[in-house]
Amino acid sequence: MYQILEARELANSIYLFVVEAKRCAASCEPGQFVIVRTTEDGERIPLTVCDYDRDAGTVTIVVQTIGASTLAMKELKAGDAFHDFVGPLGQASEFIKEDAEELKKKKILFVAGGLGTAPVYPQVKWLHEKGVDVDVIVGAKTKDMVIMEEEMKAVAGNLYVTTDDGSYGRSGMVTKVIEDLYAEGKKYDVCVAIGPMIMMKFVCLLTKKLDLHTIVSMNPIMVDGTGMCGACRLTVGNEVKFACVDGPEFDGHLVNFDEAMKRQQIYKTAEGRAFLKEKEGDTHHGGCGVCGGDK
Amino acid sequence: MNVLEKVPVREQDAAVRATNFEEVCLGYNKEEAMEEAARCIGCKNAACVKGCPVSIDIPGFIGQVKEGNIEEAYKIINEASSLPAVCGRVCPQESQCEGKCIRGLKGDPISIGKLERFVADWAFENDVHPEPPKEKNGKKVAVIGSGPAGVTCAGDLAKLGYDVTVFEALHELGGVLVYGIPEFRLPKERVVRKEIENVKRLGVKFETNVVVGKSVTIDQLMEDEGFEAVFIGSGAGLPKFMGIPGENANGVFSANEYLTRSNLMKAFREESRTPIMQARKVAVVGGGNVAMDAARTALRLGAEVHIVYRRSEAELPARVEEVHHAKEEGIIFDLLTNPVEILSDENGWVSGIKCIKMELGEPDASGRRRPVEVPGSEFIIDVDAVIMSLGTSPNPLISSTTEGLEVNKWKCIIAEEDNGKTTKEGVYAGGDAVTGAATVILAMGAGRAGAKGIHEFLSNK
Repeated sequence: MYQILEARELANSIYLFVVEAKRCAASCEPGQFVIVRTTEDGERIPLTVCDYDRDAGTVTIVVQTIGASTLAMKELKAGDAFHDFVGPLGQASEFIKEDAEELKKKKILFVAGGLGTAPVYPQVKWLHEKGVDVDVIVGAKTKDMVIMEEEMKAVAGNLYVTTDDGSYGRSGMVTKVIEDLYAEGKKYDVCVAIGPMIMMKFVCLLTKKLDLHTIVSMNPIMVDGTGMCGACRLTVGNEVKFACVDGPEFDGHLVNFDEAMKRQQIYKTAEGRAFLKEKEGDTHHGGCGVCGGDK
Repeated sequence: MNVLEKVPVREQDAAVRATNFEEVCLGYNKEEAMEEAARCIGCKNAACVKGCPVSIDIPGFIGQVKEGNIEEAYKIINEASSLPAVCGRVCPQESQCEGKCIRGLKGDPISIGKLERFVADWAFENDVHPEPPKEKNGKKVAVIGSGPAGVTCAGDLAKLGYDVTVFEALHELGGVLVYGIPEFRLPKERVVRKEIENVKRLGVKFETNVVVGKSVTIDQLMEDEGFEAVFIGSGAGLPKFMGIPGENANGVFSANEYLTRSNLMKAFREESRTPIMQARKVAVVGGGNVAMDAARTALRLGAEVHIVYRRSEAELPARVEEVHHAKEEGIIFDLLTNPVEILSDENGWVSGIKCIKMELGEPDASGRRRPVEVPGSEFIIDVDAVIMSLGTSPNPLISSTTEGLEVNKWKCIIAEEDNGKTTKEGVYAGGDAVTGAATVILAMGAGRAGAKGIHEFLSNK
């Protein structure tokens, strides 16, 4: 069991957990992920590392409770525990192998969309600690959905917050902010974009035009997360890659996003059924005639 | 009774079992086991023992069964095997012990596997367990992976008095026994969990959710955590795909993914939170035991299932018993057939598999006749799911993070067969991580060899 030391609601249905996981805290790096299970019969849920404290032996994760399995996390409080917590998995961000002086010469732009703010944070923090200041764009649907703004402000060079509906910060999608920054005369050597696949796709379409090398963090369906099942395979360039062992970060200009987005839908119906069954309990017998009921 | 014929074993009826996940083979009861044991002539220089990768004293334990001394029989098996209830179910006895049985020269060989299974199940039911070692030597050994190789190595070392900790990457213990082999061949609660409990009784400690190579490295285990030797039994790795068009369509799965969802995550059960595709018609590509397991799982989940295999029946690598069971249950075998493309609809879902007919040509390097394409014979099987069961390639997690540990050109860890010794001092390895995908019993044999190697190394240190 892995003790939860802190549990906090960051925004509607977005929760942060600080978890005691000594082995993982000792070895994880920005860009890597973990897999958690809430209960003994729970699903294996992959989540990107949001922060870690080697001395305290803790790892921080951020979850959006949308499916049947993540919904159970809503109820977790400090003092509760995750049944399983394994990691770190996947490769660390590439820049952690680079020389800090070299990194300082580069102009780096981070683009975070929604929940993607959480995995962007440890990367920006790591760079900040090495004396590298980077620009960060954080996008969210509405003002309520902006997360970790204060934390990010403390480690980012320039922070640009934008909301789709204009209820806070700049107005419009993250791609619009990139365009605006370029129009203001800014220029970058590398971009790291993390968020929903659709956002990463459009960021990549734009940065291709801007000739801006872009790294994305892919979050496909996974089962074991250790290179055994192949569920997370993606087409990158002309090659098949496993996000769990080769990634999760890839050259965004080479990723086949359309295929990846289709693959994300594989269990959408099944997950919906599980969710409805959970919500409706014994009363769920497929009376709607659409979902297939308890089949 | 005709001594040339084995006592038949009771099985679930094929039509019934095709719709459930209960164990297919029901096993012998005591009377049946004693009757079968009575057929054994107790050879002095027994050929069957030489056919067993872990060298169980087969005539010895069968002699005890013959007399009805099942507890004694269990003790004899336990000297050589930590997982008798597993081996009795999944070993390819026909090509090992039973394949060497003198009785088999004229008539049926003794059903050694079924007798082993009976003895192990009897021990579970009657609360008979292996004895923990009387003395401990205090030396710490780490075992990576709780599959058949790791658990066997850990059990053997614990019996010798070592302080053994097994590190497992997944949340559940047992490796391939829990994620790979289906419930209907190897019950998890009733058999695998109990076998592991027995290994715990020997004093072996287990730590789940540790991915060695990521959570901690082998060097850290040896330098910082005081382990004097390490055995790597991390198993096979990344699933292979064919590299044909359409393989990333929705509805194409590796056998590893399909089986892991069903076996480890219990997706076959109504209450499981992990989904599995409810396919209407499935093509399973491949002809090994894993392919049979995937096919029979899909069948039980309600699909019409086709095995698509490029060679003929004689070359099927799966055990004869598995092929026989699969056929009885209604799996359709499309032999001498090779996929060339997976077709999908406009939403990216599998809509069919295009195959080409094959014929057998000259023997290839493996000695099997090489299948060659029959020109112009392409045809389409209408399916909505494809399961690729083509084997695996080694996972680089450990080899890439352990200095001095060498791999061969297939990226398998190099280890000596007799003692599991690798190119790094104090580090031993065995099972699929060394040989590539093989069988449970060969992995157990390698686990035993590794334990022997580690014992020699630490005794002379």
